[in-house]
Amino acid sequence: MANHQHAAPAPVGGSLVNIVTLSCGVLIALMAAILMVRFLFGLGAVTGLNDGYPWGIWVVVDVIIGSAFACGGFSVAMLVYIFNKGEYHPLVRPALLASLFGYTLAGAGVIFDLGRWWNVWNMFWPGSINPNSVMFEVAVCITLYIMVMWIEFSPTFLEAMGKTDAKKKLGKAMFFIIALGTVLPMMHQSSLGTLLVVMGVQIHPLWQTPILPLLYLLTAITMGYAVVLFESCLASSAYRRKIEMHMLTPLAKVMLGFLAVYLVVRLGDLLVRGALFKAFVPSVEALMFWLELACFIAPLILIGAETNRRNPAKLFLAGVLLMLGGALLRLNGFLIGYETGDGFTYFPTLAEVLVTAGMFAIEVLGYIIITRRFPVLPREEATH
Amino acid sequence: MNTRRDFLKGVLASGAAATACVAAAPALARETRPRPPEALGLLYDATLCVGCKACVAACKEANNNPPEFSTVDHLWDTPLDTSGYTFNLIKMYRNGTMDAKDQETNGYAFMKTSCMHCGDPSCVSACPVSAMTKDPETGVVGYNPDKCIGCRYCVAACPFGIPKYQYDSPTGRIGKCELCRHRHKDGHYSACAEVCPTGATLFGRTEDLLAEAKRRLAMKPGELNRFPRGHLRHAQEKMLQGKEDGKGERKRKGWRNEPDQSYETPAGKYLQHVYGEKEYGGTQVLKLSGVNFQKVGMPDLPPDAAAAMSETIQHTLYGNLIMPFAVLGAMTYVAKRNVKPDDESSGKEES
Repeated sequence: MANHQHAAPAPVGGSLVNIVTLSCGVLIALMAAILMVRFLFGLGAVTGLNDGYPWGIWVVVDVIIGSAFACGGFSVAMLVYIFNKGEYHPLVRPALLASLFGYTLAGAGVIFDLGRWWNVWNMFWPGSINPNSVMFEVAVCITLYIMVMWIEFSPTFLEAMGKTDAKKKLGKAMFFIIALGTVLPMMHQSSLGTLLVVMGVQIHPLWQTPILPLLYLLTAITMGYAVVLFESCLASSAYRRKIEMHMLTPLAKVMLGFLAVYLVVRLGDLLVRGALFKAFVPSVEALMFWLELACFIAPLILIGAETNRRNPAKLFLAGVLLMLGGALLRLNGFLIGYETGDGFTYFPTLAEVLVTAGMFAIEVLGYIIITRRFPVLPREEATH
Repeated sequence: MNTRRDFLKGVLASGAAATACVAAAPALARETRPRPPEALGLLYDATLCVGCKACVAACKEANNNPPEFSTVDHLWDTPLDTSGYTFNLIKMYRNGTMDAKDQETNGYAFMKTSCMHCGDPSCVSACPVSAMTKDPETGVVGYNPDKCIGCRYCVAACPFGIPKYQYDSPTGRIGKCELCRHRHKDGHYSACAEVCPTGATLFGRTEDLLAEAKRRLAMKPGELNRFPRGHLRHAQEKMLQGKEDGKGERKRKGWRNEPDQSYETPAGKYLQHVYGEKEYGGTQVLKLSGVNFQKVGMPDLPPDAAAAMSETIQHTLYGNLIMPFAVLGAMTYVAKRNVKPDDESSGKEES
């Protein structure tokens, strides 16, 4: 570790019952009710899915976008342990916690969407697996990564339970777990983009390219930092804690670096493939493309200057914009730019939206419970 | 100073690992796969089709599928598109006054919608659990519900929109034409071809069907010609005798004996295009039409299958897990230097 002194993580404390946790509870109950109908009567009973749009928001938002939002842990861990930027160390635990929830729920959420979920073991059964399938790679990597993240995060629980010995032993192997924790998300976040390649001409040329894995990986990393900015600002305001500007300001600069690389690759690819002209053909796809691009370019203007990066409101806004941009890239590729033939339309039903909301509610509730009861956020003289 | 040097090392290590692997990549590029030599398929000739839909009914019966209704009275099977319960459908093209058959303007035409049995199918490449498979000999793309997890990646991947899911069932399956492979052992071939009264749908080896299609394209429109019905007998004979090495006989019993059903009729006016000969590297179901294929619902596809590109990327990145292990090695090396054993213990220590 580098020469930095940080406050040790400590539980925030305070009551677990408030308007936010109660709202989360209601959303989770609604989700459970809808899922019961889904498992009793089939996907058609609650979703707007059809054969023209076999994947809806449960796949695209909950899993593909949701897991990208959960890249904070991976992005920050890579910065701290691989690029040896120890000054960001206090950001690791909260970011990892959010990732842990994001991924665990994305993994669990897949089950709701699987039409024949009881066969899911075939995904790991040597006699059934198909290594040619991009989805097989994604599934195996995400499963492994969820396990790796629980191990990565376990010192927090061991610490709270006072099991110092177990923690010390784990600490000796932690470097390998951390290395795994950077490689696995690189693999599946890129492959989430590759998922589109086999769909061929059905995907609009603005979002169909052989370099999809690179685009999805770069945006996943960028979104990871954006989520950390977002969460840090939100946690500070919700828990009335001091905002960690001394870390967030330089972190934003790292984020902009990845963003700049992404923009060069993205626009370069569109030019080389000659697909850019499609963005000037009046269509819903073109509109969505410009919206997506605007979300990626705006942060450069907003916090491009060092002085602006010291402004928490601007950091927060830039974080939100980048999360939105990354989400749009995925939404556009998988739903807006997906055209399988005439006669099919898809719009999520209220039930689908409520299930997605319920998933995010579990994340928020889990984050609140764990940060209030376990040592995650840096200790500080906070008022509650 | 140390920090900066370590940072650069991290960058270098990951960069070097990535470059090494990408440099070795082109060897893993995969070409579009051709149809197997003994591939079975169908030839659908839209100019012979009279739109009687006997094939739709026969398909329902052969696959034990329930009727689907689109009229108020629910009297008979009237599906509007293929579905998880309808694997074969005849669709109609109409334009203007509908004066003449197989005419693009002021005309009408029929088109069969069912699985094309691609040489290099996207659904098979996409399926994570090998529930969708391509028979190495017959090339039939088959489905196994006992493995299927219902993820519907095959539905999304197919450029023809063929695999369909049963959304109305808690145990929904994927439904698609499997060329009646369950009937082959009894000497029966595809039910749609068996019942077709005009030979518009013909069963056989794709190689033979392609030759037959080219024979038809060379005919003069309106000229009397002989057209086979049911299955191409040539295929059967070739099979029963076995090829030069006698392999054919051993592997398949051959189709049940039926009298020659060929008949004479005037040749239609064909577009000089055998759909499926080149599309996506070639499909086992071939189609002839008098009306532009895109107008009758067949997509305009490149000669390379998307599966080839997808698998090239997949194996370039993950072939033999070389790249992941190289990157993991680099990451472990760097992390070992940067992570202290008690790093996670309090985060408060100074060094």
